[in-house]
Parts: sequence; C-alpha cells; structure tokens
Amino acid sequence: MDELRQAYIAESQELLASLEENLLGLEQNPADTDALNAVFRAAHTIKGGAGIVECDYIVEFTHVVENALDEARDGRIKLDGELIQLLLASGDQIARLLEFAIDPAARPDAATLARGEELLTGLRAYSLSKHTSSKHSSSKEAASDLAAASDAPLESSGGGMVGHDCWHISIRFGDNVLREGMDPLSFLRYLSGFGEIAHLTTLLDAMPDAEAMDPESCYMGFEIDFRADTSKEKIERVFDFVRDSCLLNILPPYSRISEYVALIMSLPEDTMRLGEILLQAGVITPIELNKSLETQGIESVEPHEVDHKAAPLGEILVEQHVVQKELVDAAVVKQAQVSDKKAQEAKLIRVHADKLDQLINLVGELVIAGASASLLAQKSKDEGMFEATSTISRLVDEIRDGALRLRMVQIGETFNRFHRVVRDVSRDIGKDIELVITGGDAELDKTVVEKLSDPLTHMVRNAIDHGIESADARIAAGKPARGRVHLNAFHESGSIVIEVADDGGGLKRERIKQKAVAKGLLAADAEPSDADLFKLLFEPGFSTADQISNLSGRGVGLDVVKRNIEALRGTATIDSQEGVGTTMSIRLPLTLAIIDGFLMGVSTSAYVVPLDMVEECIELKQGEKQSDVRTNVLNLRGQVLPLIRLREYFALAGPGGRRENVVVVKYAGDKAGLVVDELMGEFQTVIKPLGQIFEHLRGISGSTILGSGEVALILDVPSLIALATESESGRAFAPSLH
Amino acid sequence: MQDTSPPLALEGAVTIYVVQELKAQLLAGVRDNAELRLDLSQVTELDAAGLQLLYLAKREALKSGHALRIVAHSDAVREVIDLSNLNAYFGDPTLIPAQKPGRQPPISYS
Repeated sequence: MDELRQAYIAESQELLASLEENLLGLEQNPADTDALNAVFRAAHTIKGGAGIVECDYIVEFTHVVENALDEARDGRIKLDGELIQLLLASGDQIARLLEFAIDPAARPDAATLARGEELLTGLRAYSLSKHTSSKHSSSKEAASDLAAASDAPLESSGGGMVGHDCWHISIRFGDNVLREGMDPLSFLRYLSGFGEIAHLTTLLDAMPDAEAMDPESCYMGFEIDFRADTSKEKIERVFDFVRDSCLLNILPPYSRISEYVALIMSLPEDTMRLGEILLQAGVITPIELNKSLETQGIESVEPHEVDHKAAPLGEILVEQHVVQKELVDAAVVKQAQVSDKKAQEAKLIRVHADKLDQLINLVGELVIAGASASLLAQKSKDEGMFEATSTISRLVDEIRDGALRLRMVQIGETFNRFHRVVRDVSRDIGKDIELVITGGDAELDKTVVEKLSDPLTHMVRNAIDHGIESADARIAAGKPARGRVHLNAFHESGSIVIEVADDGGGLKRERIKQKAVAKGLLAADAEPSDADLFKLLFEPGFSTADQISNLSGRGVGLDVVKRNIEALRGTATIDSQEGVGTTMSIRLPLTLAIIDGFLMGVSTSAYVVPLDMVEECIELKQGEKQSDVRTNVLNLRGQVLPLIRLREYFALAGPGGRRENVVVVKYAGDKAGLVVDELMGEFQTVIKPLGQIFEHLRGISGSTILGSGEVALILDVPSLIALATESESGRAFAPSLH
Repeated sequence: MQDTSPPLALEGAVTIYVVQELKAQLLAGVRDNAELRLDLSQVTELDAAGLQLLYLAKREALKSGHALRIVAHSDAVREVIDLSNLNAYFGDPTLIPAQKPGRQPPISYS
C-alpha cells in the first residue's frame, strides 16, 4: 500500500516537471497543441492516481485545473500569460499537496488549503460555467488513469501462456462508471504498471441492443489474469474508487479449480463463455473444467441449461480452445510492432537510492579486500595466483566503474528547472532575460546533483537580480535589451565544472577593493589579483552593509554558496570583467565515494592524491635536493613550480629517502609539486571520511585503507596548492600539523 | 469484395464527450453499408466509452450480416484495442466464427 503511494508520488513529481516544462513552452508558443495536450494529460493522470491512493484533496484541486485545461484545449478560453501563471502556480500547489500524500492520514494544513482555494477561484474565473454541470459533476471524480499518457508499459495483452501463478480478477463495472469520469481502461493501465497482465478478456456481453444502448453507460467487464507479487488487499485498493458500483471477484494464484467454477457460476455471463475465457487464459484444462462442472452438479445450479449444456461442454470447450489459440496468435502478430516499442520504453527501472548506496558500499569493501588479496599474491610469488588476482582486480575495476555509473545522472534535468526560476525572478523585477543552457549531458553523482540545486539557485538569482542591468542601462551600454544568463557544465580532469554566466555589468573591482579594505579583509596597500579579490565576495557578511549599491547586492548569500560547495569537496570561483559580465564557476569532484588514486610514500607513511590531478612525476635532482637554501620552488621547463615537501609539512621523522621525487599536481589551472620519497603507483581509493575532530585540518581530505590494512591519508590537493602559492608569494609557511 | 464507398473517418478524441452523437452516425453507417470501412488513423484518444461504441457497431454489423472493418488505426486506438485484448474481435472477420455463442448478444437466463 505504501509502495503504491510512493510510486504515485514519484510519478506525479515527474509529471509535474513535464507539466511545468510544457507550460513554459506554451508561454513562448501558445499555439503548441502538443504541449497543451501534454499538460492536460499530466494533470489528468495526477488526478486519476490521486483517486487510487485516495487523496481527495488532490483530486478536488486537480479537477478544476484539468477543467480549465480542457477548455483551453477546446479553444473556449484563451491561454494567455496570466492563465499560464495561474497554472504554473497550480502546479506548485499540487507539489505541496503531494507532500501530504505520503502519509495516508495526513491532510493539508489550513494555509495550504487557503492558497489552493485562492488559485481555484482564479481558475474558475477563467473557466466557463458550462462545464461544471454535467459529466464531471460527481465528487468522486477520479478518472483513474495513472498512465493516461498511454505510454504505460504494457507487459502483455496477447495470449501468452499462463499457469496457475496468476491472480484472477473478475470485474463488472457499474452503469455510471463512465459518467462519473472514470475510465475502466485506466485500471488496466494501472494494473500493468505494477504487475503483468498475463491474459485479459474484455466482456461487453451486458450491452443491450443498439436501440437500448446508452453510449454513456458502462457495460464493460474484464476477466484478468494478473501476475504480480502482491496481495489481495492491494488489488482491491486499485478498484477502490469504483468498488461500490461494481462486481469484483479476486482469486489468488493457485486457487483450486472448484473455486474458479464457483466464480463462473456467480457471474452474470453465460457459463460456457466464462469457461472458455478461463481456458483461453490457460488457467484450467478443458478436462478439469468439464469434470468439475459435472461433479459440482451444474444441473442443480442452473437448471434451465441442463439439456443443452451439461453433456457437450467439454468437447465444445476443447474445440473452441483450439480456435481461440489461433485467433490469439493472429492478434499477437499484429501487435508485435507495437509491443517492441513498448518493450523499449520499459527498459528503465526505478531503484531505491538506498539499495544503490548499499551496492556502492559493498563495492568499496570489495576494492579494499581485492587490494589486500593482490598484495598477498604478490608476496607469495605464486605466478598462477598472481595472474588470478590481477584478473580479479581488473573485474573489480569494471564493477566499481559500473556501480558508480549507476549513480550518475545528467545535470540537464537540474538545469532545466531554472527556466522557471529565471522566468519568475525576471518577471518579478521587470527584466527581460533569457536562459541559455549548454552541457546538460554532463554527468555527475546523484547526491552531488541534489545538493547543487540550492547553491545554483542562489547564483542564478544573483546573476539576474544584481548581475544583469536594467534594459535602459543595457541599451545605453550598447548591449541588446534582453539579458542573458548562461548555464554551462563540462568535465575537466576528474571534476565537473558548472558555470553561471551573465552578460551584465560585471563586478566593480575598485569598489570591492575599497570595501574589503574597510572590512579589514585586505591590507590597504595590497594589490590582489582579480581572482583573489573576487574570492572575498564569498566571505560571510562581506557586503550586507550597503544593500543599495550594485556591488553589495552581489555578495548576498554567496558565503552560503561557498559553504555548500565546500561541503561537496568543491570550490567556487568568480571571474568578471567590468561592463562585459560575470562568470561564477563551481568545480566539483564527480563522485564522493571511490576515486582512482596515486599512491606515494614519505618516510614510512603513505599518501594518496586523486590520479586525475596528477600531471607528471619527475625526479628531484641531486643539486636541488641538497640545496641549502631549501627553496620551495623548482624550475620546471622554464616555469616556476612551487614545491611542498611533505616530509616537512607533516613533520615526519626519519631520514630522507635516497632519491626524492616530485609529483606535479594540477587543480583549477594552478600547479604545485609535492616532494615525496617513493612513487607507489595507481591505487583504487575508497574514500573514508575522517572524524569530526580532523575537520579543520588543512591539506587532508580523507583517509583510505591499503591492501595491507594500513591507513593512508588522502591529500586535499586544492588546499595544498593554495598553501604552496601562498608560501611562494612570501607569506609565512606554517605547517598545520606541528 | 469491392470497396466502393469511402471509409468513414473518425477524428480527434473519441471519448465519453462525443459518443452520444457518434452512436447514431456509426449505426447508420453500419446499416447502410454492406461493408463499412472505418478510418481511425486520426483518432487521438479513445476511452472505454468510445471502445464500447466501436464494439456495438461491430456487433450490429455481425448481426445484420454486414461487415465492419477498421482499415486504419492510430497508435491511441491500437493501444486501447491491445489493452482490452479485442484484437481478434475487431480483426479480420474471417477468423471469427460467425456462430460463436459468446459473440452473440447475451442470453438471459432465469
């Protein structure tokens, strides 16, 4: 039951996203009927599903939305900006209502309801009164199409062979089902969403002669063989909304023949017709049926039919069974094309994130255990053993990559949400701004994506609010009146870079500098580089003092952005050119769990840096090593490379190695050299976070366990590089571990 | 068999909202044509009410010895017919035995 709710909520959230996207599309191009239909379908499906999970408050709200959409579809009301605004707000309202749907007992609070009522009043003002009277008048509105978009995965609709392992659902709908706005077909779609319809027969035998037949009455019934791991209660729940008005019988899998026979007897249709259906479904064999009917004493149950039915039943059924099979085969061929398409659509499965996390954890353990095994193999000098373990490590590598890829999602979906943000904010402040999105197919870890949403929103708002000038100012500066915000993402050496760029007025360097000096963040005579100066904007409270100025507005909340990004082991930078625009970049690691590392030894300790950040390794020449000056720089092919001697930095005892090596690491365009004793090669690193007491330690981002069971520290390259550049520019080089 | 008359084409959403009007049209079509061909390629939506109506038309055709053939399906129609497993019923009429008990109007017992 809770699964049903969860599935409904997840599905509805997706539908809401598509609803919003299509509404925004409609705003640009009101004549797009496909988009309008998609919006309608989304609303309709949400409403239908709400009926099934018994969320009346969603049904009621969505119903009015759906009506308005229906009228817009028919051209009876005009889809103008104001209506789209209302509909967008309604989408938000549905999202709020969905939050209550998780708990069956919960009801929306008064504030939410009031907001909903406000929206409904607005929508009703648009809706013509005509529609409220007839077809959609019942309060039990739920047209229960959880999959009205007609793309529900249809597992089967032909005559696949069936055993006894199916639920047998027998339903006859009441007269008024259609009038109440429900579509019997949608129950089928819904069922096929959580199980497999192994066989189905649509019964319309109850339909009277043409004269008497009322097309708005429902004469429909189904005999369904349904293969699913479920409970009777859950199946009943599907039909809850029509339960009062329909005849519903559910037989569990592996029911006895006699129970099927009893079912046949209890149903309104012709006994033989039903027997035939069961045969067709493969639930029973002709002989079984015949026997059972005889032993049950068909005469006593239905005395009128004795003469012409009792004797030949078995034979007839066998005969018809054969005929039916051919028929069904013909139908199957016809469907083949359609089913192929359906199968493709059904290739996606929904997996609970916890299960994935567990898998990743296990893979992490596997990596560590594998490393330990190959170490032992190496020591044993047994060649066969060594080969076997190296095959295993290769496979573990692939499993690790595969498992991590499972968690990767494209960032495009997150980006697309900003269409709405840009639209709303720019409307609020009266600027005309377009959003350009590129690199939406760049992938990154799902947990990272989730945590990105907030800081990104902040940055985009900032760009719109403070970055882009007013239309007048833009025209005066010779720019197009329409501002532009550009979201971009790309991969770069093991990180993903996300940029929020605007073509606004840019940062005013001098004013930031004055402010920084005034705040004591900068020495009065300092000449910081642009990057260093703009970095100050991320300092807490940097610019809250003078809200009115263009400059100060820029910094609001950027410290929050920085904190969020740092929590993800990322960095944020600002690049700006006055008059041309500002680009804020976030640089994040692709994943938080396992990395390819490069293992280095200093004295007796081992350290790991992410392999992607290693540029090259060079030997430290004798002269440089013994230099008394102990310069902390190296001449690397004519360039100055700041060095960090890890032995000194971590205050390690013991004599220096016979040879020293320099590992050149690069991050965000800066390079530094790490001086180590030994290069130990690539190493799959499962990141284990350090405890809280090490939180403020600079230069170390985590730990990992080596194959031998020893602990190695993972170096925090960005902060080390920052340290190296600082010390190079003459500041005190203060190791933090003394 | 010669197809002389043009097919009867239904368009748009064949749903509860329109079945009342369609009923007369369809039944007349079945009555007046020895073979009525239905073009459903432009049907964007078919609900249970629409399906019932098609079923009725087919049944009337069978009863009067006329034929009703759906000559073109849209995806929406095909999906519904697949879903309801009525392919065989609407399909090639030669495959359906004319005198099948279940295909006839219900016999009332009691």
